Amino acid sequence: MAGSVHRSLVHDSAQKHVSGEAVYVDDIPEPSGLLFAAFGISDRPHARIRKLDLAPVRDAPGVVSVLTAADVRGSNNIGPVVPDEPIFADGLVEYAGQSMFAVAAETIEQARRAARLAVIEYEDLEPVLTIADAMARKSFVLPPHAMRRGDAARALSKAPNRLQGRIEIGGQDHFYLEGQVSLAVPQEDGDMLVHCSTQHPSEVQHLVAAALGRPDNAVTVEVRRMGGGFGGKETQAALFAAIAALLADRTGRPVKARVDRDDDMIMTGKRHDFVTDYDVGFDNDGRIEGIAFTLAARCGMSADLSGAICDRAMFHSDNCYYLENATITSHRCKTNTVSNTAFRGFGGPQGMVGIEQAIDEIARYLGKDPLDVRRTNFYGTTDRNVTPYHMTVEDNIVAEIVDALEQSSDYRARRRAVDAFNATSPVLKKGLALTPVKFGISFTTTHLNQAGALIHVYKDGSVHLNHGGTEMGQGLFVKVAQIVADVFGIDVDRVKITATSTGKVPNTSATAASSGTDINGAAAQIAAREIRNRLARFVAEKHGVAAKAVRFESNHLYAGTRKLKFADVVGEAYLARISLSAAGYFRTPDIHYDRKTARGRPFRYFAYGAAVSEVIVDTLTGENKLIRADILHDAGKSINPAIDIGQVEGGFVQGMGWLTMEEVCWDDAGRLTTHAPSTYKIPVSSDVPADLRVTLLESGRNREDVVHRSKAVGEPPLMLAISVFLALKDAIASIGHNQISPRLDAPATPERVLLAVEDLRTRLKRGEGAMAAAE
Amino acid sequence: MAETALRFVLGGEVRTLADVDPNMTVLNYLRTVERRTGTMEGCAEGDCGACTVVLGELDGSRIRYRAVNACILFLPVLDGKQLITVEDLKAPDGSLHPVQQAMVDSHGSQCGFCTPGIVMSLFAFHKSSAKPDRALIDDMLAGNLCRCTGYRPIVDAAMAANGATPDRRSVKLLRSIRRDRPLALTGNGRRYFAPTTAADLARLRAAYPDAVMLAGGTDVGLWVTKQQRDLNTLIYVGDVADLKKVRMGDGRIEIGAAVTYTDAMTAVAKHYPDFGELIRRLGSVQIRNAGTIGGNIANASPIGDSMPALIALGATVVLRKNGKRRELPLDDFFLDYRRTALALGEFIEAVHLPLPEPARRFHAWKLSKRFDQDISAVCGAYSLDLGGGRVRDIRICYGGMAATPKRAARCEETLRGRRWSYDTVEAGVAALSEDYAPLSDMRASGHYRTLAAQNLLRKFWLRTTGQVGAGDVATWGR
Repeated sequence: MAGSVHRSLVHDSAQKHVSGEAVYVDDIPEPSGLLFAAFGISDRPHARIRKLDLAPVRDAPGVVSVLTAADVRGSNNIGPVVPDEPIFADGLVEYAGQSMFAVAAETIEQARRAARLAVIEYEDLEPVLTIADAMARKSFVLPPHAMRRGDAARALSKAPNRLQGRIEIGGQDHFYLEGQVSLAVPQEDGDMLVHCSTQHPSEVQHLVAAALGRPDNAVTVEVRRMGGGFGGKETQAALFAAIAALLADRTGRPVKARVDRDDDMIMTGKRHDFVTDYDVGFDNDGRIEGIAFTLAARCGMSADLSGAICDRAMFHSDNCYYLENATITSHRCKTNTVSNTAFRGFGGPQGMVGIEQAIDEIARYLGKDPLDVRRTNFYGTTDRNVTPYHMTVEDNIVAEIVDALEQSSDYRARRRAVDAFNATSPVLKKGLALTPVKFGISFTTTHLNQAGALIHVYKDGSVHLNHGGTEMGQGLFVKVAQIVADVFGIDVDRVKITATSTGKVPNTSATAASSGTDINGAAAQIAAREIRNRLARFVAEKHGVAAKAVRFESNHLYAGTRKLKFADVVGEAYLARISLSAAGYFRTPDIHYDRKTARGRPFRYFAYGAAVSEVIVDTLTGENKLIRADILHDAGKSINPAIDIGQVEGGFVQGMGWLTMEEVCWDDAGRLTTHAPSTYKIPVSSDVPADLRVTLLESGRNREDVVHRSKAVGEPPLMLAISVFLALKDAIASIGHNQISPRLDAPATPERVLLAVEDLRTRLKRGEGAMAAAE
Repeated sequence: MAETALRFVLGGEVRTLADVDPNMTVLNYLRTVERRTGTMEGCAEGDCGACTVVLGELDGSRIRYRAVNACILFLPVLDGKQLITVEDLKAPDGSLHPVQQAMVDSHGSQCGFCTPGIVMSLFAFHKSSAKPDRALIDDMLAGNLCRCTGYRPIVDAAMAANGATPDRRSVKLLRSIRRDRPLALTGNGRRYFAPTTAADLARLRAAYPDAVMLAGGTDVGLWVTKQQRDLNTLIYVGDVADLKKVRMGDGRIEIGAAVTYTDAMTAVAKHYPDFGELIRRLGSVQIRNAGTIGGNIANASPIGDSMPALIALGATVVLRKNGKRRELPLDDFFLDYRRTALALGEFIEAVHLPLPEPARRFHAWKLSKRFDQDISAVCGAYSLDLGGGRVRDIRICYGGMAATPKRAARCEETLRGRRWSYDTVEAGVAALSEDYAPLSDMRASGHYRTLAAQNLLRKFWLRTTGQVGAGDVATWGR
């Protein structure tokens, strides 16, 4: 039967993707009178604007309007949580790339040329450019925060073994293929329609309305699809939407703000880079007795979502491991760089790298296989199962997954093969690592865990589906359509998927936190069930059967011995004046969190997975490559296995890019130097091993009552790539016969790998390895 | 008399355009004039491939297809060619092309924004009737970034689709717009010349010494899309038949300045596999299909990837001004950062590359953050003539180590005449620090560049002495 769940249907837009017919914001037929926006941005990281002479900009050919902070009638702010980020810098710039003014012109070329003509004088102020600077000066966007369980200090002082270390973890640009873009079209009464590539239409609506000085109901935001999001269009779309709307409001003409790739990379936030310090005490089996983490994150010039991101890093500093005595301290550093933002994993990946690094160090110190030390520390199922934020892990299946993967990947035999290869290969070295993932599902800001949907059934039996989630490629729309088709027992192609609109479903949360299907799918299911129940009652009454006995299957309703066409029943129900439209509303049950005491149950459940990566390294150049990866991931009872596999593979490769080749660089003047694909390298096809074995956990089933017992899958697989990073470390360690742990930060570019090799050789010469061996 | 209108084939028809801004890109033309919005802008610098289109050109009675980036291709370059975009692929009955269907079946699209470009790369690959294997597919996709899928399903799609059929109707159309005469276009106050003979090119070059010479446009295109520069006079060399030939003879390969990397690679790889691999990694298929060795030399970038190999191999350039030619060793061509020995009104006509001598050993390696389609942090090329275990001659050239691609003069001097041994190589390594003081930038630190340059020399020694095998990480598993 078509249209049911647990089937690998293709993405609803696949045919349109491959034929070029899918419409993105820049493809919408341009309304007449359209103007194009360009941005005037700061080239200083921290300065007062002494003079901003825009006369040459206004006089340039084709220019219709130029706006600055003084022209914003409403609120000059796009800060989503804290109102600390202006649309246009007002006298003070706090990062190189900050918008100071915007131009609308008849063509995009004219707008971009004009934007270069401003005469600007700055009075430079001392910038804070690095995490170290910020820590030294106590420059924070939000106050530090700590989680505590047990007594870490005491456990550390008593532990038989103790290691301290630091790892630096680089940031990451989202590099969605479609850059930021908004099209604002003025409506009657001064209302504004904004077509926007955003994961968060409701927030864009609200911030645009505030900027225009109008109520939220004056603004409608619509998004059919994005050309990728990855968190980069959660808050970051608002700036360009607001600028387009302000220019449209001023000129009375539609305005498109489509951002050039370089400007996009310079002006929008990235994944937070972290400096993570750990202090870990453990017994001779490697069992952790006490641990203290200090996580310092570069938040950039404003708070944006950094509070929740840093919290999520803390929530994942345990990963799959029981930390009986733990203190996790987080610093939210304010720097004069672009404000960092949501990125797939939302701080979780950085938190997880910290504990995986610590475990890796313990294993090398004890001369054990890191997998054995991991296993020693896994959460238990009945005891040793409370997290540092005092939540009991009730659905732990990490041991089951790791056991299965260890077998299927042939981990132990390959470990021996790697050792044998390294023994005879002087320059090229191989490395192997298995790492697990446990990722908490729910927005940790509890009130965001709500969603709405709107379903209409038309007289001919066709279904119109709308909900608050947005489609960025992840396959949310097809999954929700499958859920709705399943409720009605109809083919999925009878369900029309429609653009997300703030006019249809209000006050939505961002499509983020991997929650899209869980909450929007549930809301749509509730709406569909409401209509189905009305139809069932109608049929039941008419044919004298119990409503509960009416079945919806194969585009038909079965009532007793009668088989009725779905479309016919709908048509009759209309004539009988039965409402064929319903709004569904869902809120996630059983979650709570008290941030003050850092205690609670912030997650409804956890998603699990594990990966084994095998790499090869050239110890003369630092060049490195992933040559095989085996992944076993838990998507619960998958609604669409093909879509979920796509998330697993895509997330893994994106995570590999983050930890190996994607390097965000600034110059000494605080300017981003990697702002185009010529300088910022994301993985290409040849970086993905031909030997890639990805499996969904067959027995997967969410113990919580999440739609069809599925599990969220958007973010968790990204962290499977930590195995690639640790496999690189493993390869380097082979030079010192695995007796010294390499010092490697992320991303493990050829440069970092070579420097780690050199450092290790130097330490070997100093006799460090011999000492370790003697101990 | 020159032609004054641009003619190309699109959608089964001949387009004739008289008033064309020579600075308009094919991408902007497609999206704004033709309203073919399936071709996407992802970066406007030829690096992401979302704008990939396919050009068809007559090659005898067949059409040769090549994928290119529309974002940095100027519209007049289409003259005489067929332009194929994603909108052209469906059959008249609306059914998908096999490459499109394969992408659907293998779940090869997620957000879909890169997909039209990927489909066009697959289409060109499909038309080439290459037997798909993973290495070929990886190479074919190196210029198409996908941020969603992780590529595996796209590779599957490339493996699945096959069976191209000839397009006779387009052959006819292309024949109808074949041009032997030069093209001279004007539009938006700008001029564009496309001569067809070297003599004509020489005349134009002398007449318009300030004109920008345009070959593949893989660099010049960015002057418009990223710097908003006005290129008021363009002279396109891509239609000059004499400059597009690769000739063998007289102990050397003569590569015309307008020969694309794609065509040069075939000729070069046969004699110098490492150099072939260097060209392969220098740019994606789209870049290699447009860019030229002549352009790589003329723009004098310190990190032009073909330079170290050419210089190490003793290549020369033929420079021409009017009827006068001179031949210069390539080492003498680069004067300083982006400064060359080209005189006003002079242009590069050809590059001459000596054929291998039996006693010479040659290797070249580039180091970059990513293997494919990345600019090197360091590129090293080594050509060694060994006699009786001693270094008779050695030529070493590095890119990324100085303001120009530069010979390691002190190092070479140190090595020459000595026994090819560990101690000799270590002496050479030490001498490298007298040759170079590399800078730090976003690609690598000066420290890494120094270390890596030293280690590449060591690697050359290990390789030539058989102490390590041919395995490189870059080509591992192939």
